[in-house]
Amino acid sequence: MPGLLENFLWIACTLLEVFVVVCALKKGAFRRYLILNLYMAASVLATVGRYRVLTHYGYTSSEYLYFYYYSDALLTIFLYFALTSLYAHVFSDMNANRLVRFGAVGLLAGTALFSYLVVEQSNARMITHFVVELSQNLYFVGLVLTYVLWAAIMKLRESRTQLIQLVLSLGVYFSLLAATYALRNMFPSKSSLFLSFIQPIGFVLPLAWAYAFWKLSSDQLISPARLAVVSR
Amino acid sequence: MMAGIIFVCSVTFLLQFFVSYCRSLIAASAKQPLSLEVQDVTGITKAASGEDFARVLQLLHLCPESPEDRTRIQAIRAYFRMLNFVRSTIARITPSVRAWTEYERAQCAYFAAVALERRIACSRDMLAQQMDA
Repeated sequence: MPGLLENFLWIACTLLEVFVVVCALKKGAFRRYLILNLYMAASVLATVGRYRVLTHYGYTSSEYLYFYYYSDALLTIFLYFALTSLYAHVFSDMNANRLVRFGAVGLLAGTALFSYLVVEQSNARMITHFVVELSQNLYFVGLVLTYVLWAAIMKLRESRTQLIQLVLSLGVYFSLLAATYALRNMFPSKSSLFLSFIQPIGFVLPLAWAYAFWKLSSDQLISPARLAVVSR
Repeated sequence: MMAGIIFVCSVTFLLQFFVSYCRSLIAASAKQPLSLEVQDVTGITKAASGEDFARVLQLLHLCPESPEDRTRIQAIRAYFRMLNFVRSTIARITPSVRAWTEYERAQCAYFAAVALERRIACSRDMLAQQMDA
């Protein structure tokens, strides 16, 4: 069973995710960032499901393991589409929604194919290996896409503070996860140590999004040039 | 090899996103003027400097915490530590980076002073409510 600290982090993170959805509803941002909020709601549902499976079958059961990795893969795909919805916000003036949707599905299919080719050699539990590999690869693809989106924000001089903070926090989240999984692959013997980072990293998105929805109004503006690491 | 490349890319992107995110938090408070009272308490009368940050942070700890600014202050503190690291390493040999870190450290100090102002105002409100009750 998970320890006291893990349980506390688990509950706290879930409550924070609920808080994000409530904040978005109260501040009228739920429909504007629909997929982001649906992702948060799906994450809460996945946690409830994981808890039920955990209490029913036990922490070390294969049922829990399968449920954990499969739900994680689905949530990662959900987050990937949440990211593409932010693309749609940034490019809304250019009527590029169809292009963004088409590109997102194509890239997802490409990532899935690449993940399949990587795990093709392993005979045992290939589907499980595939979903784990797909999640890890999607984190990195998501990171690159967030960086491209950030570059587009700077280029197009997008100034909506709320949108900018949502994108930046997503970038921080994806890069932390991609770095953690890369470390895990580099040092497989220390795998459990690196996996213990995942739970605290899970706080990044709900904390940042709760702040963005609660504290920032949709019409609040910021000069993107102020945010560049290298001043322009 | 592949994992190594992904790790290096991820850390590079992480730094960029983290710096930009912290700057977006700081930018909101940069426009806010400090009251005379907070200027007196913090010693920030004209422009803030990075050296003020630790002192203002100590003053912040004297005020009752509000959960809504705790996370932001923690993020900026991590950013300030990162700036200190850059200042004591790369900035020693690159003057432009040194100027940049000094500017950013000063912005962090100003952000902390604005947070202090908010906490003082919040404490006053709470006290007034208690007096009324």
